[in-house]
Amino acid sequence: MKIEYRIYLGIGLFVSVLTVVYFFWAKEYGGATMFFGTAGLGIMPAMYMGWWHRRMKPRPEDTENATMAESKGAIGAFPSYTIWPFVLGMGAFMSALSLVFGEWTLVIGGALLIFGAR
Amino acid sequence: MTIAAESKTIEHGGASHNGEPTGMYKWLTSTDHKVIGKSYMYTSLVFLLIAGSMAMIIRAQLMSPNGHVVSQQMYNELFTIHGSIMLYLFAGPFAFGGFANFILPLQIGAPDMAFPRLNALSYWLYLTGGTTMLLGFFTAGGAAAFGWVAYAPLSSYTNAPGPGPDLWIIAIALTGFSGIFTAVNLVTTAFYLRAPGLTMFRMPIFTWSMVVTGMLILIAFPILTAAMIMLYCDRHLGTHFFTVSGGGSPVMWQNLFWFFGHPEVYILALPYFGMVSEIVPVFSRKPVFGYKGLVFATLAIAALSTGVWAHHMYTTGTVLLPFFSALSLLIAVPTGIKVFTWIGTMWGGNISFKTPMLFVIGFIVTFVMGGMTGVMLASPPIDFAVHDTYFVVAHFHQVLAGTAIFAGFAGFYYWYPKLTGRMLRESLGKLQFWMAFIAFNLTFIPQYLAGLRGMPRRVPVYLVQDHVTFLNQLSSVGAFVTFLSFVVWLVNLWVSWKKPIAAGDNPWDGHTLEWGTSSPPPHHNFTSLPPIRSQRPVWDANHPEHADHLNHELPKKEAIRR
Repeated sequence: MKIEYRIYLGIGLFVSVLTVVYFFWAKEYGGATMFFGTAGLGIMPAMYMGWWHRRMKPRPEDTENATMAESKGAIGAFPSYTIWPFVLGMGAFMSALSLVFGEWTLVIGGALLIFGAR
Repeated sequence: MTIAAESKTIEHGGASHNGEPTGMYKWLTSTDHKVIGKSYMYTSLVFLLIAGSMAMIIRAQLMSPNGHVVSQQMYNELFTIHGSIMLYLFAGPFAFGGFANFILPLQIGAPDMAFPRLNALSYWLYLTGGTTMLLGFFTAGGAAAFGWVAYAPLSSYTNAPGPGPDLWIIAIALTGFSGIFTAVNLVTTAFYLRAPGLTMFRMPIFTWSMVVTGMLILIAFPILTAAMIMLYCDRHLGTHFFTVSGGGSPVMWQNLFWFFGHPEVYILALPYFGMVSEIVPVFSRKPVFGYKGLVFATLAIAALSTGVWAHHMYTTGTVLLPFFSALSLLIAVPTGIKVFTWIGTMWGGNISFKTPMLFVIGFIVTFVMGGMTGVMLASPPIDFAVHDTYFVVAHFHQVLAGTAIFAGFAGFYYWYPKLTGRMLRESLGKLQFWMAFIAFNLTFIPQYLAGLRGMPRRVPVYLVQDHVTFLNQLSSVGAFVTFLSFVVWLVNLWVSWKKPIAAGDNPWDGHTLEWGTSSPPPHHNFTSLPPIRSQRPVWDANHPEHADHLNHELPKKEAIRR
């Protein structure tokens, strides 16, 4: 996790520097706000990954000489097929169209969304 | 490697891997990253052909000074949707939806993406978003006509009435969410699903590029979606974010848009840089030169790209010129490192000029040309002179269209055997390359000159006295031949489908893990993985006498004495 954490930290710190420089040099608050948010988008994931990095041993994928046998147990649960992403997608599509064509598409879209997300 | 049985599918009726749906229902329900990746790829190529046809109409209109091919309103709609499709629906999704979805889990030895259902959802949002954008042409007022950047106040309800612009906004929001979901998936997959021994600094450069692209998407796309919601509120709910009359600021739109828009340029470009970094070493039969340099150059481009948005806004007079000019010029350094490492990889290599390699070289030529003019445009005095002329149009087409077409087709020819298990024809591929390469440059080099003579972008007519007629005719002829090169590609696809040549698992003697499985890969990708001891595990397995990790095991002093 060390490298993952340092990448995010690096981007966060770099943008933090840009934030300070931009804030005092340009004195333009819209851009400074966006810089500030971007710095946060780097530092927040870095904090999460750094927290885990300090609390766990290096994983097999972080170890140069790891063997296949070292990854024990299930990697994860992967569905073979499911219709629900399609239902949700169509629900989102129909609901979004209601912003243009009026509320009637929201009835269909909302129903699909509730049905799909249930 | 074990993969847990999926409990949910069992609840839904106990389907096993053997009882999988086929045909249309498979396409609708699959959560397999390979099926979704292919869907993304072919959908975005259809969008490429649609937007390319629009470009043909635009170029036909500009063949003569006073063209009457389409009305001026229609012309505005065409260049708006041409740009929007190319940027939002083709160049990005083709790479980070199509290639990354298919290739990234294979390259890191993962059985699937980290969130397969989210992956499927993001494809459906992308498809419906794209459809929504095209729906604009079927409304009474026509599609959006304010350019792909939708500058306020052109995009206000007064200046752009009707449902067309609203459909455009919805389309961007839907594809924006699709992009965010894909980015979450890519970053999580690369961070958490790597095979044992595949450390971060052993990941293929393509995977690295996709990780960094994903991080950039997560920074940039939320701002775009927020800006779209604000624009919709301005148009319909009476807010005044971007209207002067209510105390808002139209320039704020430009700030928000380009804070997304400039990272977006690198979101489009970095995946293609990654493809090139995969193809160059394989066809030079060498490991990539300067691996860590490439990785850090990618990271540096990403970090710097967040701080350069206002170089699109020099002429507004509201931005801090030295800050943005300095950062924009700085980006040329990591980009130059990349070009240097590609050439360094080819240097002294045993180069075979197969179709993918030709496309890569075509990419490097056009990209360097577009990149040089980009460095020129980063300096404010030049930008003041040529802002919003065809010089800028030629610059970003050479950088972006050159990258997406040449590097994109390089990747397509390189990975098509893995996608389908069939080869594409070399002869047709080379014909396509030479047609595209000559015609592409014939299209855009005259546009630089037309821009320097003062031809503004987005005009449907021009005057004979402007002395740009001949340049425009050259450009149009080039564009038509470029389009014909795509027909050659379609023929190539058809031939490979009708008279297949079996590809085998590893037709190019590739280096990375995707070439270590069958073509097309089986369900959950791998039956077994080779041991991963370097950046090129498949090369090590196929050429044990030249394996990379052998060099690392030499004691340092002895290596020097030799």
